[in-house]
Amino acid sequence: MSALARSLLLLVVIALVAIAPTRSRAQTDPLSSLASTNYDEIRRGVEALAVSGDPRSASIIAALQDGRLFVRPDKALFIKGDSGFVAADTGVSASDVTADALRPVRVNNAVRRAIDSALGSLRLFSPEPATRSIAAEAVFKARDASAVPALDRALAQEKDPAVARVMRQARAAAVLTTLDAREADRIAAIRILRERGDIDARSMLASLSGQPPAVATAAASAIAAIDRNLRLWEFAQDAYYGLSLGSVLLLAAIGLAITFGVMGVINMAHGELVMLGAYTTYVVQETIRGHWPGLFGASLFIAVPLAFLVAGLAGMAIERGLIRFLYGRPLETLLATFGLSLLLQQAVRSIFGASNRQVGTPDWMSGAMQLGGLTLTYNRLTIIVFALVVLFALMAALRYTPLGLRMRAVTQNRRMAAAMGIRTPWIDALTFGLGSGVAGMAGVALSQIDNVSPNLGQGYIIDSFMVVVFGGVGNLWGTALGALTLGVTNKFLEPIAGAVLGKIVVLCLLILFIQRRPRGMFPLKGRAVEA
Amino acid sequence: MATDRFSLTRRGLTRGGLTRRGLGASSLAALATGLFGRGSQAAPAPDAGPIKLGILHSLSGTMAISETTLKDVMLMLIDGQNKKGGVLGRKLEAVVVDPASNWPLFAEKARQLISQDKVAACFGCWTSVSRKSVLPVFEELNNILFYPVQYEGQECSRNVFYTGAAPNQQAIPAVDYLMGEESVQRWVLAGTDYVYPRTTNQILEAYLKLKGVAPADIMINYTPFGHSDWQNIVSQIKSFGSGGKKTAVVSTINGDANVPFYKELGNQGIKATDIPVVAFSVGEEELAGMDTKPLVGHLAAWNYFMSVDTPENKSFIDDWHGFIKNPKRTTNDPMEAHYVGFNMWVKGVEKAGTTDPDRVIDAMIGISVPNLSGGDSAMMPNHHITKPVLIGEIQDNGQFNIVSQTPGLVVAQEWSPYLAETKDLIGDWRAPLSCGAYNVKTGKCGGGRA
Repeated sequence: MSALARSLLLLVVIALVAIAPTRSRAQTDPLSSLASTNYDEIRRGVEALAVSGDPRSASIIAALQDGRLFVRPDKALFIKGDSGFVAADTGVSASDVTADALRPVRVNNAVRRAIDSALGSLRLFSPEPATRSIAAEAVFKARDASAVPALDRALAQEKDPAVARVMRQARAAAVLTTLDAREADRIAAIRILRERGDIDARSMLASLSGQPPAVATAAASAIAAIDRNLRLWEFAQDAYYGLSLGSVLLLAAIGLAITFGVMGVINMAHGELVMLGAYTTYVVQETIRGHWPGLFGASLFIAVPLAFLVAGLAGMAIERGLIRFLYGRPLETLLATFGLSLLLQQAVRSIFGASNRQVGTPDWMSGAMQLGGLTLTYNRLTIIVFALVVLFALMAALRYTPLGLRMRAVTQNRRMAAAMGIRTPWIDALTFGLGSGVAGMAGVALSQIDNVSPNLGQGYIIDSFMVVVFGGVGNLWGTALGALTLGVTNKFLEPIAGAVLGKIVVLCLLILFIQRRPRGMFPLKGRAVEA
Repeated sequence: MATDRFSLTRRGLTRGGLTRRGLGASSLAALATGLFGRGSQAAPAPDAGPIKLGILHSLSGTMAISETTLKDVMLMLIDGQNKKGGVLGRKLEAVVVDPASNWPLFAEKARQLISQDKVAACFGCWTSVSRKSVLPVFEELNNILFYPVQYEGQECSRNVFYTGAAPNQQAIPAVDYLMGEESVQRWVLAGTDYVYPRTTNQILEAYLKLKGVAPADIMINYTPFGHSDWQNIVSQIKSFGSGGKKTAVVSTINGDANVPFYKELGNQGIKATDIPVVAFSVGEEELAGMDTKPLVGHLAAWNYFMSVDTPENKSFIDDWHGFIKNPKRTTNDPMEAHYVGFNMWVKGVEKAGTTDPDRVIDAMIGISVPNLSGGDSAMMPNHHITKPVLIGEIQDNGQFNIVSQTPGLVVAQEWSPYLAETKDLIGDWRAPLSCGAYNVKTGKCGGGRA
């Protein structure tokens, strides 16, 4: 850049700096900034509104956050409430305003951050302790030096110790960004963040720069302490992830443990039965959305038995229509069921379309809970519980029901069972139906964590066979333990080796294991096996 | 040098041999062009009867989810053109085949379309692997392929018109946006393990380093196709994000794996205001299968969004809803690419006065047609088109709120200037250069593709 250009640029900058205060004085009304289409302007409007002291500012910003703030072409702002629009500046109901004349005020991430921080400082004095706590957390994340006086006032009158702790942490974060804070104050602030000890505190400490040496040392040692702490939690977290992956594998494989494990049928269409279960969930949810939206939270409970029925009936139809002609011919069964799986996929694709279907997650399954440094996501937690319930229910059914008794009898000694008057073909169909129905229930769970698309089943078929073979064919305990072992191994390997290599390593280990013990972890013993 | 690039592309292929054969075929074809000229192999359709157009999109298998829509949009465009009287006074006829998400089958079907059905041009492919698989066929039989999907670049064939974005028309502007607007300093490059994410991430890594990002501030992660358990990776991203610098994720995660990825992000409470994710493969179609509430604010970079406010787009959406008879169906970027590509082909044929591939290929360069995002896209000598780049934030209704748009149209860089092995290459299919990979330093032509 030439010297001339540089000095010109300097002039422009000076001129802009000189103009800036006049401009902001001209715009005393932050509401007119909100009516802008420029995101920077809107962000400045939010910031100005937050410090304006206007009693309506909290409700205006909250409306902006929820997408309920609208602007008319003449730049007048309206908030959409339950009973029509109200004028944003006065709070007076505006009955003559219709939705067609308005456009919503759009926000981007920068504006969203400003909103969070503004609402945080405005709600520090809310009567609700929960709201105050969320507000303090927002101020903590915003690390705004100007929030210190407000936090001091809020702390002075705070009675709830839990909320007060978050406020102190927020104050510490703010102090660390204050330029003229004293060294002792900074070190005290670092101590508070160190006590908090989570990932956000670490991130905040790591972002400090240009601190005096004593402060920098304190920050470094705090980071090291937090890291040590986090590493321990990380171990527990990986174990939880492994457990969760294991439960998914268990769910996918447990139906196969019946059809392949107990009956010895290589059913390549097993994954498609899982997919049928997932699509049943979709249909149930659509029906509920259309007719009884209030029931949405219970949609999964309705879907589980229906998915069992749909997949179970489909399974019985497959057994009667195809598999029974191929008993004792495993290769032909394999090919026929593989063809069937393609058939089912394309049928679903023709009926429901090729794209993913949206299966919603009920509110009680969304989000996560914090247990120390552990993040336990509710959907995964539910699936772990569900997998265990299905496992035990299936075991009980096999052990204590007459049907279970007959199933075991038929698999152990078919001819003797027939001689005792058991209709073995009928039991075969029922057993296959049971395994398929369980696959359908797995589909309900998988619809919560994976795509509901015609390809859903393909992703699980290999893993399912792996689990059943690894655990020991014909043994439900083996399947359960096999699934959990594979899940946990996978999740501990993944951070070290990466997802792709991790999978390969698990597969290699499995091959070695099968070489050593071809019948899996818990082989069935006795004459039944040899027969 | 050529071997380096060769091995790079081979990673994404299911069959190494295919590429090797393709490489030979391409240089042979290039030789043939130089010596004898072409046009004898692909017999031009007789002047009576309809003009046939091949549609080569998977209607079954894993890719059906994305490609079926493109088949439908092509049928709609052909139908619309026929209502306007066709091209050169002749009707158009679509020949639809189903390569079933099976890469070698793509090549077989392409051969069938060209040799048996005698199509004048093909519109098709989605994955880079499928394009690499059909490329030798198109070069050998000298036909035209319109490829509508954003891709990794590093290719410039005479027989392909790339109507999707090259990396500098999507990835680089997205990274620029994050650096500028969100002041991101730490980067996670997460992708599915195949050729497009690997090449794109290689380019992005080089670009970020050029911009002064330290290697410690870049984390690269690959996952298998259809990965569904994202728990560790999301928590790794979370702890990477606690390094005290603003962090963002640049996602080249492919289609289906995105749904569980975003679900996990939402469940672990990572909001767009903390760690924004910018995706290159997530469009309206993918979002239609997701609950987008936890995703509000995450970004995507494309050259078209359904929410673009132009009269052309409005009439396109109306046509689409009328054709597909479902007012809920979304439109997306590759559909727009087909729209632009098809209109360009029509103009090219009219300009050439024939459907003979050679003359159409030569006539295509310089043709410009309106795109749906605003402005006119032009076919450049490198067989890529100029495009505006848009950055959108996901809204809770599954649409994108456009937060940034390049002021003008961006010209594609088919060979990345950020990678050492391709920085001197250009593609220019005009005479007298007529070369897809011309090295400006050495003055030699290295064929059409890596």
